[in-house]
Formats: sequence, structure tokens, C-alpha cells
Amino acid sequence: MSKVLNGLYYSNTHEWVKVKDGFAFIGITDYAQDSLGEIVFVELPEEEDQVSAGEEFSAIESVKAASDLISPVTGTIVLVNDDLEDSPELINEDAFENWIIKVDLEDESELNKLLNADEYKETIE
Amino acid sequence: MKRTCLYNEHVKLGAKIVDFAGYEMPISYTSITEEHMYVREKAGLFDVSHMGEICIKGKDAERFVDYIFTNDVTKMHDHQVLYGMMLYETGGTIDDLLVYKFHKEHYLLVVNASNIEKDYEWIVSHTEGFDITYSNESDNLAEIALQGPFAQEILQKHTEFDLQNIPFFTCDFITVEGAEFLVSRTGYTGEDGFEIYGKHSDIIDLWITLLNEGKEVISPVGLGARDTLRFEVALPLYGNELSKDITPLEASLSFAVKLDGGDFIGKDVLVKQKAEKTTRRVVGLTLLDKGIIRHGYNVYHQDTLVGVVTTGYKSPSTGQTVALALIDRPYDKLKTELHVEVRGKMKKVVVRNRKFYDKSYKK
Repeated sequence: MSKVLNGLYYSNTHEWVKVKDGFAFIGITDYAQDSLGEIVFVELPEEEDQVSAGEEFSAIESVKAASDLISPVTGTIVLVNDDLEDSPELINEDAFENWIIKVDLEDESELNKLLNADEYKETIE
Repeated sequence: MKRTCLYNEHVKLGAKIVDFAGYEMPISYTSITEEHMYVREKAGLFDVSHMGEICIKGKDAERFVDYIFTNDVTKMHDHQVLYGMMLYETGGTIDDLLVYKFHKEHYLLVVNASNIEKDYEWIVSHTEGFDITYSNESDNLAEIALQGPFAQEILQKHTEFDLQNIPFFTCDFITVEGAEFLVSRTGYTGEDGFEIYGKHSDIIDLWITLLNEGKEVISPVGLGARDTLRFEVALPLYGNELSKDITPLEASLSFAVKLDGGDFIGKDVLVKQKAEKTTRRVVGLTLLDKGIIRHGYNVYHQDTLVGVVTTGYKSPSTGQTVALALIDRPYDKLKTELHVEVRGKMKKVVVRNRKFYDKSYKK
């Protein structure tokens, strides 16, 4: 059974959003990392890149295949998690601890369109 | 969707199941890398029952198989196994396969699951003028592969037949735990090991018996690691390195093509291609930038498209990101710097040999 954390927002494409001081930390869910299997590469976007809700911002690669990462929110990337460059497997170890990008939110009301933990749990059951 | 006789065993083992060539097959049980390393360091057990088996018998069996197969069947001794291809008249590849010779009038062709019907139709449509009988045994036979440095030791515990008497690329009918199997010292991993054919119920029993040796020495291995293992030792996969548009010479598989023997379908095209040199060939690439390069990605020299990646992985044994790629000459030369397009970005690669990992066969 995959872990789902309360208090986060979730997308149907298995990303999570954690909001802190007007910034959104974005990663992939435990269910997503388990489905992908061993992650061997995370293509990190550039800081200051724009991301749009529902659009891909980067890709994550397992042994077998590359998968798009879809941004659940709109805004500007202010930080990328450089640790993932040399240690992409950190996402397998703890998908919720190891965020991928930090985004300056353009419109916080977008968060209302995302799923809460209980709603997300239903989608992966 | 079809299932092999081992489907329920895969489910019991908690495998992730995917659709492969119309079969519900296990892609992995634990993790691709872990299963990969079992085969390199200990032993792995694969369900390859989806593979097809076509039986050719009769007075002209030898002449017929030689006529549809790139390798030289006339030089085979009884109980030998030979790897090669069936070709279209164009020299393009129908399939790559193993030919088992039991005797001059009895052969078994082991073909890829995705090509069984196409291969069988091709065979049936070329039998005129040959005194042979043929049958598609794919649904009657199940197959497992036991691969890795511990393979012989594990299998030997369950048979009185001395497995030393099955040298590399030969086969025999032997009794294992009271049941009859066809066993060959072959495989598709670059390691020592065996491919084992038998009746469905016998194969299920043997699968369970072999896995009972325990996690210390053996693991079931899914199709995910089957692909990374064959890739590391540059064995081709039909649909990647080989296709109806790719000849075996272009795929750098001349070892499986004998142009000095008898005639076979497609031979004249290959003779010409060999004399004139192919215009492209499969080479190895090492990725110099970060990322993964995969099947289907385009390869460029400056602004010119010069080829395509046929298979690419972060090699589980070495950790290096490498690929097989079909590259136009003269960009196939060792150490040529090229670029691979990955999601719109150009990544630097260099041409290398295809030996990503050394084979350790017992010959």
C-alpha cells in the first residue's frame, strides 16, 4: 500500500504539492515512484523557467522508460533540487521528502482544483 | 490476451504484469536492477513460454531449414543449436531464431513471440518442392531459462544426467525430477545457463522446484531485466536492432550469416551488401552528457540526421549510460562524436564498441 500524506495537494498525474510561505514544493507521489520502479535519472529544469498547470515541465526516467513530469500549478521555478542530479534514487527512498522543484505560485486559487489526500487515495485504490 | 502456463506463479510471486506480444507477462518481481544482478552474480529464472516453437520434419528437412535460415545448417551435428535469421527476399529480417537439430530429418525452430504467426505463415508458404511436414508447437510447449553462474550447479541437483555433457549451444532430452525435458546450454543474457522446454505441467513443477533453492541463490527474473541483460552483451531484439527494413549485416550480426555455404532466401542481397559495404550499421554509443538515451531517439552529426538509437539504458552492471544505434557510414567510426536528441535537447555521445559487458559463457 502506497503512502499518502495528509495536508498536501495531489494531481491525477501523481504529483504532490506542499505549500509553504506562498511557495509550492512539487514532487511525485509514493505510488508514482513505486509504479516507475528504480529511478535512474531526473531531468531538472532551469531555475526561473515558467511552469503552467497541467503542462509538463521535465521528465523522470526509470530503468525502463521516460515519463513526463506535469506541473500541478502555474508559476516560476525558484529552486530545483540539485541532490537529485547525482542521486535520483532518493525519490525511491522517500518520494515525499525529496521534492523536485520549488515554484513561486502565480495564483494560489489553482490549488483548489487539486485533490486532497483522501481524494487522491481513491484514485490509486 | 494470452497467458503462459506460469501466469498464476507470477501472480503468486507478486510480479508486475504487462502486455508483451499479446501475452500477460511479468516485467519484474522485485526490481529490474536486482533481478539483473541475480543473473550476473547468482542465478535467475525466466518464463519464456511465450516464445514460439516450430517443428520441421521429413526427408528434406535439412535442405529446407538451410534454405530459409542465414546460418549454415548443413554443417550442424545432431543435438547442435544454431542462432541466425530468416530473411525476406529483400534481405530485411523476418525474425531471429534458434535452430535445434535432433537429426537430419528433424529440426525445431524457436522464434520470437511477437513473430510466431508471421514466421509460421512464411514457412508454410515456402514449402513447395520440399518433402517435409511442419507444425506449430508453440501452444504445446512451455519454456523456462535458468541463467547465471550458479545455473549448472542448481539444475544438476535435480537430474542424474551429467550437464557437462551438454556443451555450449548443444541440447539433449534429459530427465529432471522424473519428467522429460529438452535442455540446451543457451540463453540470451551473456551468462552460462540453460533453456528448458517441456510440457506445461512439468514446467510448472520445475519452476517451483528451482525457485525452492531459495533467495540466497536464485530469483525469478522478468522481461525488464531480460532486456537489460541481452542489451549489455549486444544481443539484438527484433523490433529494435532487427526489422523487416534492417539486414543482419546492418545489425552487425555477420557471425550468424554464412555467405559461403548453400543458398538461402535473401542471400544475394547480403552478398551484394557485403561486397559494397552496408551504408549503415549498428554500433555502440556512450552518453557523455547526463540523461538516458532510448529506442527511437534520433542521432545527429552537426545538423545532419545520421541514425537512430535502437536500444538504450543506464547499464545496470556498469552504471554507464550506453546505447545501440543504427548509424550511417562514415559516422559509425569509433570515437566519432555525435548528438542524440532527447526531448528537444541535444546530448553529446561518442561511438564505441558494442561490448558494454563481457560475456561469461562456458564453452
